[in-house]
Amino acid sequence: MAKAAAKKTAPAASPSIERRPALAGRSTAATGAKVEALPPADRISLRAPETSTAALSKALGVTLPKKPKTSTMKAGRTALWLGPDEWLVIDEAGNDPLADCAAVSALHSAVGISHRNIAIAVTGAGAAAAINSGCPQDLSLDAFPVGAASRTILGKAEIVLLRTAADAFRVECWRSFSDYVFTFLSEGSRDAAI
Amino acid sequence: MLLIRCPYCEEERPELEFRNAGEAHIARSANMAGESDDDFEKFFFIRSNPKGIIYERWRHMHGCARFFNAVRDTVTDKFIMTYKAGEPKPSNLPKISNEVVAK
Repeated sequence: MAKAAAKKTAPAASPSIERRPALAGRSTAATGAKVEALPPADRISLRAPETSTAALSKALGVTLPKKPKTSTMKAGRTALWLGPDEWLVIDEAGNDPLADCAAVSALHSAVGISHRNIAIAVTGAGAAAAINSGCPQDLSLDAFPVGAASRTILGKAEIVLLRTAADAFRVECWRSFSDYVFTFLSEGSRDAAI
Repeated sequence: MLLIRCPYCEEERPELEFRNAGEAHIARSANMAGESDDDFEKFFFIRSNPKGIIYERWRHMHGCARFFNAVRDTVTDKFIMTYKAGEPKPSNLPKISNEVVAK
């Protein structure tokens, strides 16, 4: 943490907006799987009735998925189905999805949670095994194909899991749980190599 | 580990993702202030606690986070069926055997 703080020289006029992401730069590589903290992204938690999804999809530029355990992705923006009327929208291109939703008059609730979540990438042949060390879901490619997304648990912490490739996952967890989740996954990746 | 079918996620998920939320189909009075103490006690504290089939509310806490209803056998701990919240009590329950079936 101290290292990250020293690296950044925030302008003196606005010291309060300096951002110090949890886990910044942390990564561990075991034989089977690599675990690393991903750079900050813009995120919103979106709740909306079915009648609003068309307008929201248009404003966000990504179609909100309607099927359970699925996600859609377009131009650096991913919409993950979390519940029948709940989505997590992650933008990695630097465009705030909250601003896009603000222009929509259809009934919805969009809450900015960019700083609440931390993303961790788990990649490698043992990625699924590493996550399964604490997550009880079936992560075989049949049950959890590429693009599948689900809120679930890892050990004692709640996570949102997204499969980005056959051997790559994005794990989203709350900032305060990030140290626990990262350590859990690191231990899991070591076990996955055995 | 038990696998519980979530009617919103439309698939079976591990029990760790779920929380029990007490007995289902307990109607709250529209006129709560007019309830007698005895009626309120029955509504608030008294539960059926049967040996056998029970109708319960469950929540897919670490999943879609939705409440739904489940029919469970308290003797065998088996889930007989699950259905969405707001749907009526199922009149016909599917028969399930207590033998372990290889899938």
